Amino acid sequence: MLRYALKRLISLVISLAVASVVIFTVIEVAPGDPASFMLGVNAQPDTLAALRAELGLDVSRGQRYLNWVGGMLVGDFGTSYTYRTPVSQMIADRLWVSLPLALYALILSTLIAFPAGLYAAARRGRPGDLAVMGATQLGIAVPNFWFAMMLVLIFAIDLPWFNAGGFAGWDEGLWTGLHSLTLPALALALPQGAILARVMRSSLLDIMGEDFMRTARAKGLSRRQALWRHGVRNALIPVLTIIGLQFSFLLAGSIIIEQVFYLPGLGRLMFQAISARDLIVVESVVMLLVFAVVSVNFLVDLAYAAVDPRLRNRI
Amino acid sequence: MSRSLILGAVLSCLVLLAALVSFVWTPHEYAALNIPDKLQSPSAQHWFGTDHFGRDIFSMIMVGARTSIAVALVAVGIGMILGVPLGLAAAAYKGSWLDEGIMRGNDLVFAFPSLIIAILITAVFGAGAINAIIAIGIFNIPVFARITRGAALSLWEREFILAARVSGKGAARISAEHILPNVANLLIVQGTIQFSLGILAEAGLSYVGLGAQPPTPSWGRMLADAQTMVSFAPHLALIPGLAIVVTVLGLNLLGDGLRDWLDPRIRVART
Amino acid sequence: MIRQTLRTFGSVLALSVGFLTTQAFAKSDITIAMQLEPPHLDPTSAAAQAIDSVVYTNVFEGLTRFMGDGSIVPGLADSWEISDDGTVYTFRLRDGVTFHDGTSMDAEDVKFSLDRATADDSANAQKSLFDGIETVEVIDPLTVRITLSEPNGNFLFNLAWGDAVIVAPETIGDIKTNPVGTGAYTFGEWVQGDSITLNRNPDYWGDQPALETATFKFIADPSAAFAAMMAEDVDVFDNFPAPENLPQFEADPRFQVLVGSTEGETILSTNNRQAPFDDIRVRQALAHAIDRQAIIDGAMFGYGTPIGTHFAPHHPAYVDLTGQSAYDPDKARALLAEAGFADGFETTLHLPPPSYARRGGEIIAAQLAEVGITAEIINVEWAQWLESVFKGKDFGLTIVSHTEPMDIGIYARPDYYFQYESTDFQALMDLLNTTNAPDERAKLMAEAQRLIATDYVNGYLFQLAKLGVAKAGVQGLWENAPTAAIDLTQISWSE
Repeated sequence: MLRYALKRLISLVISLAVASVVIFTVIEVAPGDPASFMLGVNAQPDTLAALRAELGLDVSRGQRYLNWVGGMLVGDFGTSYTYRTPVSQMIADRLWVSLPLALYALILSTLIAFPAGLYAAARRGRPGDLAVMGATQLGIAVPNFWFAMMLVLIFAIDLPWFNAGGFAGWDEGLWTGLHSLTLPALALALPQGAILARVMRSSLLDIMGEDFMRTARAKGLSRRQALWRHGVRNALIPVLTIIGLQFSFLLAGSIIIEQVFYLPGLGRLMFQAISARDLIVVESVVMLLVFAVVSVNFLVDLAYAAVDPRLRNRI
Repeated sequence: MSRSLILGAVLSCLVLLAALVSFVWTPHEYAALNIPDKLQSPSAQHWFGTDHFGRDIFSMIMVGARTSIAVALVAVGIGMILGVPLGLAAAAYKGSWLDEGIMRGNDLVFAFPSLIIAILITAVFGAGAINAIIAIGIFNIPVFARITRGAALSLWEREFILAARVSGKGAARISAEHILPNVANLLIVQGTIQFSLGILAEAGLSYVGLGAQPPTPSWGRMLADAQTMVSFAPHLALIPGLAIVVTVLGLNLLGDGLRDWLDPRIRVART
Repeated sequence: MIRQTLRTFGSVLALSVGFLTTQAFAKSDITIAMQLEPPHLDPTSAAAQAIDSVVYTNVFEGLTRFMGDGSIVPGLADSWEISDDGTVYTFRLRDGVTFHDGTSMDAEDVKFSLDRATADDSANAQKSLFDGIETVEVIDPLTVRITLSEPNGNFLFNLAWGDAVIVAPETIGDIKTNPVGTGAYTFGEWVQGDSITLNRNPDYWGDQPALETATFKFIADPSAAFAAMMAEDVDVFDNFPAPENLPQFEADPRFQVLVGSTEGETILSTNNRQAPFDDIRVRQALAHAIDRQAIIDGAMFGYGTPIGTHFAPHHPAYVDLTGQSAYDPDKARALLAEAGFADGFETTLHLPPPSYARRGGEIIAAQLAEVGITAEIINVEWAQWLESVFKGKDFGLTIVSHTEPMDIGIYARPDYYFQYESTDFQALMDLLNTTNAPDERAKLMAEAQRLIATDYVNGYLFQLAKLGVAKAGVQGLWENAPTAAIDLTQISWSE
């Protein structure tokens, strides 16, 4: 197990190293100079040169890459070109919106998926199952930004139950914060919940075909009792994997939803930074998201291997 | 044949038909502006109404289907053409440095948040249909590589492959002659799923302005254009949204139906 | 804040209580939304207009200042004398003005600010405003003498810009995140990505303004802007990004709509040195191929004034030359045929992010297609636009609103991105710069407008409208935008 973990860890580090080179190269190739963006059309050449020097843009690309990676290793993400504040601080601030949003969406999606999946599995082939499966098909097919537009139209404009967007900050209280994240979380959760419900159902159905479930039924438990006592726990493993993978997906996927609801999260930060050519912010945000995905995959792999030793020999 | 297969086939064909017919006929010239007639509700003249430039929405939806299908189809093509051989090679040389390299490369691509990378790609090389195809296509490669490798690995253990080996056939030839035909069903099913995901991805990219550029209509951009007008012209947002839903729903049902029909045992990864 | 918390419960009871509390605390705060967030808060080292919108006249003041009608009035300078030859300005500063940190504002600060702006390593985005300043001398704590190398009819106007505000040497270090000025409002808090709060300055030298606090909220997305305004999350939207929504606000008694003018001449900039646009017949054909009214109706939903030259219609010296480039596709086709492009040609149309450009560009591309010109639309971010269009001059056509006031002088710069080179025009501008008599100046300006219209330098589209939306009770908002500013000192709530 330890050897396996070590092997996965090495490949994680290599992945991150390659990712950092790719990200840096792609972003540095992009046309557009942060200094001339900040100073606008009437900037004079000497002014531009002064600003470029101040921003540290006058050193070579290779040196900038080393500075960036070296800084990240000790937790220093550098200083934003436009905001002039530490990038780590900016990212931390935005994470306080994006992370709770992703978590909230994950909880909502699980709350939708579990009962729906259980219900459908228990009524396999009957109208209830068909209805749930039809609904999840629809849920998967709906683009989340379009669903978000419809939610705003109905629950913020026609019915004034929610704010159309914005985030007042957690200082205003937990309830206020959650309230302003509800519509965005719902928009994010619907397609994920639909996928999760299908996974839940099919994994329950697989379990029901297993011997120990037949034994349970033979012992006189009803189909529903057997499902509850033995099925759910065993069906959870694939479901938890999907949840793990969905979390990093939700974190990255909130980028468009944050635009729709003008939430000051990581996605908004990235769009702003791209248009201002605040390269160091873009690089760091993307790197952070890659890191999140890679480490979640790593943890999922480890968890799998812990549950099922046979997997350790694969790769 | 299941109900979902039939329903999925009908919906998919409907969209495909609209896209094909748009090459020869649309009720109105799709790019023609007619500003005095802007923002009309659906009527006998304009079946789906007109947009903010007075263009006929029905015609734009038809041509938009073309855009969506073209982008998603080519992106799936890229994924298959590059991913399937990689997967076959990885399975053929299981455990070798080649296998290791391909699988690590897969993990690396999977580790990138696809939407964000697509945004970066289009920011660097410019927004447009071609770059959208590339951005979506890149992320299809590891999907096909992984699923091909997985299916091929189990085939390599089977007797008929052993027989072929004994008769002196090389790994490449076995992969092409014996493995590939046996994973084809799986690839068709996965291809349908990736196709529907591609439609959604194209819609998302063009919604943030990074897909096909005007005057080429695209559903995602129609939604983006409609966003400020939903409160007084909801049909602008409803119709393109429903077009996406119908297409994706149709393809998903088709994929599920095909899977059950072709081989009830195979499992398809849905990322 | 109380209202916000209560609203979340959503009950009628809570809402009615909230209603009562707002009445009781009677409107001494305001939330003003704007589309862009400032990158930082130093107006003297960036071009971003969002900085000026927040801090100009509120936190920072200059020697002179703009009023809402575009006039220039004394700011921190009480009065001034100009020498007969127009090269020496002696400013008398207001007495008893302090910065927000308690230190006094005196002649040394003025000298510091102007020297900083003109220094070699200055990061001022509008450094040319200060061209010609030879010396800044401190005569006594309240008197400053500025000597120019040659007379400059625009000097007092230049000093009113946000790029020329007075800053203090003691606090310059962290001006970008904690601005300390002399204005009626002090910097409160900045929640990055969301809002900036300003508080009333009790020690302000002038009249105390009506509002105690003001919050600037940043809402980039036009549909979010509509929703936020409709839900009354914000009280004012400074420059509303979606003209298509204005009729709904106009029809709603809770809101008022303020339609004014900006200094933005929106033009179809043409690369005058790139073939085929180096042929005046082709440029004239472009001008006749464009239906301005269709663009204003389609892209701006009717808001905007057609222009026929690069000059603001609300300026007294404006000449209406729209007739000279009236919509006439047949004439455009004939001109193209004459220039050897009977079958049209292909070019590029670079469009920056604002909707006037993106929507206007789609319409123009369709109109050009009517006369046989294929314009490939390329949507770009501003940073890309600056790099490839403005600096690289790698474009055929582009749409931009030139928002700086009185900027016809850019046509005298042959290396400016549209690359118009006319010695006649340059001579005209030289003459204008040294002319002080108002009617003489007006005559020269009219001549300049005619010259660029006759040379069909660019396609002149419309003057960008300023579209403000506010709750019905808000008073004192600027209707026009002579410069980017939200002057809080004038704003109050009616009963």
